[in-house]
Amino acid sequence: MQLKIDSRTVEVDADPDMPLLWVLRDLLGLTGVKYGCGIAQCGACTVHIDGVAVRSCQVPAGDVWGPVTTIQGLGTPDAPHPVQAAWIETQVAQCGYCQSGQIMQAAALLAELPDPTDDDIDSAMEGNLCRCGTYPRIRAAVRLAAAKMREQKT
Amino acid sequence: MSRAKKIARRTFLAGGAALAGGIAFGVWRYHTPYRNPLLASLNDGEAALTPYVLITLQGITLITPRADLGQGATHAQALLIAEELDVDLDQIATDPGTPSVAYWNRALADEAAAFLAPGDGILHGAATTTVAAASKFLGLQITGGSTTIPDAFTPLRAAGASARETLKRAASQTTGTPLAQLTTAGGAVLLPDGTRLPYTDLAATAATIDPVTDVPLRKPGQWRLIGKPTQRLDIRAKSTGTQTYGIDVTVPGMMHATVLLNPAQGGELGKYDTAKAFEIPQVQSVIEITGGLGIVADTTWHAFKGAKAIAADWPEAPMPETMAAHWQALADSFTEDRLDSRKRDDGDVESALAEAEVIEAEYRAPYLAHAPLEPLCAVVRVTDTEAEVWTGTQIPRFVQANVARLAGLKAEAVTVHAQMIGGSFGHRLEDEVVKHATEIALQMKGVPIKLTYSREMDMTHDFPRQIAMARMGGAVSDGRVEAFDLSIAMPSVFASQLSRQGMPFQGPDSQIVAGAFEQPFSIPHHRVTGYRAPELAPISSWRSVGASSNGFFYNAGLDELIHAAGADPLEERLRLCTDARARAVLEAVAEMSDWSGPVPGAGLGRGVALTHSFGVPCAQVVEVRQTDSGLRVSRVWVAAEVGRVVDPVNFENLVAGGVIFGLGHAMFSEITYETGRAQQDNFDTYPSLRLPQSPEIAVRGLETGPEVKGIGEPPVAPAAPALAAAIFAVTGQRLREMPFSKTVSFA
Repeated sequence: MQLKIDSRTVEVDADPDMPLLWVLRDLLGLTGVKYGCGIAQCGACTVHIDGVAVRSCQVPAGDVWGPVTTIQGLGTPDAPHPVQAAWIETQVAQCGYCQSGQIMQAAALLAELPDPTDDDIDSAMEGNLCRCGTYPRIRAAVRLAAAKMREQKT
Repeated sequence: MSRAKKIARRTFLAGGAALAGGIAFGVWRYHTPYRNPLLASLNDGEAALTPYVLITLQGITLITPRADLGQGATHAQALLIAEELDVDLDQIATDPGTPSVAYWNRALADEAAAFLAPGDGILHGAATTTVAAASKFLGLQITGGSTTIPDAFTPLRAAGASARETLKRAASQTTGTPLAQLTTAGGAVLLPDGTRLPYTDLAATAATIDPVTDVPLRKPGQWRLIGKPTQRLDIRAKSTGTQTYGIDVTVPGMMHATVLLNPAQGGELGKYDTAKAFEIPQVQSVIEITGGLGIVADTTWHAFKGAKAIAADWPEAPMPETMAAHWQALADSFTEDRLDSRKRDDGDVESALAEAEVIEAEYRAPYLAHAPLEPLCAVVRVTDTEAEVWTGTQIPRFVQANVARLAGLKAEAVTVHAQMIGGSFGHRLEDEVVKHATEIALQMKGVPIKLTYSREMDMTHDFPRQIAMARMGGAVSDGRVEAFDLSIAMPSVFASQLSRQGMPFQGPDSQIVAGAFEQPFSIPHHRVTGYRAPELAPISSWRSVGASSNGFFYNAGLDELIHAAGADPLEERLRLCTDARARAVLEAVAEMSDWSGPVPGAGLGRGVALTHSFGVPCAQVVEVRQTDSGLRVSRVWVAAEVGRVVDPVNFENLVAGGVIFGLGHAMFSEITYETGRAQQDNFDTYPSLRLPQSPEIAVRGLETGPEVKGIGEPPVAPAAPALAAAIFAVTGQRLREMPFSKTVSFA
């Protein structure tokens, strides 16, 4: 099947029922997307499909309805997305394993709500688990990213 | 370089130093030096000036042997070397190195010795020496016990200084400039005229010079990096999805695998039927392993699918049938023949309680899974002559030895490639995943097998935090705590953990009372007794180990007595406190929180707790707000005394994370077993604290003590009792059993 991933069109030989997560990780080598629970409880596998944050462990490859963006397509170490830049500046990560998903979730939130309230941040980020407990820095990084992105627009 | 040349050069190098085959500096050695493991793979013009510094024409690599579990160990180790080596953090690469006795953990050995005979004068000294020697003999290159910083603080700086001075000597030799006129900065030796001689250009010459040892270390005032905010070396990779963890390792020709283990923890493999699994064309083989099956397929997903398609009858495990029976086993363990230790026995507790109105309570702490977000994983390739392992581990030498044993190889034939770890909390102090991967790989020689546990296997086959029970009896008079008798029963964590490495453990197990017996309070009649319960579920070290349950028991008991005395919980702790460092952290949280008592306003409750664990006093004030949707943990103030805050960014992050770890588990989490089967297998049934529930956390690090201490574990223990006290303040309800969500509702 043909998928559009991180602005590239790729041909993959995958069962239609294989979750997008494993297509990305095991077939395409996009290991920035993480497996954490397989049941949409942790958010580590979050990617964007058509700009919407989704749990890639829950989306069968055959059902992918639009272009996919992973953490590696959002930005790069040399040219990070503003949310990634805020994560770097705030030094959010400890083990870092959940942060791909946290960042993708936050990027989708800010694309929709450029000036989120604390409640907006709480409800958008609730599904993303961090076992190291980096939540205070995640909050700070989301606010920083929001401020910087608004600044860029004006 | 030809083999002959290599040998000749090493022979030459060895001439100058009391070392077989090496030019390692003596700074990291204990009594006698170890072989520098870096020398084995050097090329011409490369220098391994210490086991921690490798310089080639291409660049400078600092060896950071303690595993990075997210606690920032790699960054902190590199920082210490770089401080004295005079390199900037953007000029270096890091490498975890290979498992080696050179990287044994002396601080952990000291800690272990202290466990055996804490503060017991001559006996303590003797035990330290013995255990340190034994630990050295075993080459315990272990990451754990919050020891990375204390273990590394002096040796790694010394390694950097030693390498720097040797490079200066090389520069002096090359240029004829007197040593005294040379300085170093930014990875280069500077000549008086400002000419920069990069270390990389000096490496070849440096390798021919006897390493300079016993270099005086710089004073704190001269530090460029230590104690200053720096950007973590891995932060960019971890923010862009480009950090490779063990689960991301790809080896050419690799097959994917998972395991299906007897759901009863520790049970054996029974009858099984693989017909349905082999209906999935991508499932290649099903291999019998200890306690279950390994399923090999083209992708992780098909391995998972194959595992789900296997039908099996599983034999029972050697564990009590019901959870009630686990608790009963603890309740039955408060007996003379299960007495493990009485490390504190001040005054005359028996008489004091006989004459007083006794306040009694019983407390419980459940099994808890480690559940780091990266599930267990390992890549193993075995041939007839060698094996390679790619995995994240806190015990690389055990991994090497276990793979060697299973594969019938010598340890030297097993290469371990240590990987970045996506959280651990003690999970990767065990290596069952590597043993399972090796068992599979042995049946498919030459093929790299990447074994990934499903979340369900990871959680149900975790060796959890100990289950524990405590009984308290105490008395008060004249507004003061007069007697405090605490008895704790739990199975031995060390015995369980070491049994899986084939090592005996006699005991006493100090973890049964850790976080309780050594608390810095002087109460006239005070006793702490540990009882060793029989092994129930196999258990392991979980972030802060014994203190994770005992810090709750001790503070909760003390809190009930202080309340009965009518005293203020913070003021009474300060009055009873005998230790300057502990007083300082209590005073710090009093000031930070502007402490005015347990009820600072309507609908608000505050609790305080202090736990001295891993050599660190850590105090916390937790504030709880009563809301329409339940209790909300709104704010936490925390102070810890660590002698020296090496990396302030990481310190703040680790302390806040430790508080959240302690709070979250106390609020929501437990593992229960029915007929040996863990009843929680994923994050839906094993809930954690999430972002909306995360309080504001103010952190202060105190640097008053004489010794540098680690901070990974100490913030965990005080969180639960401070929260319980805050809930009591706002609701009047005493919570004596974790998780608290069994009794109260959280918003």
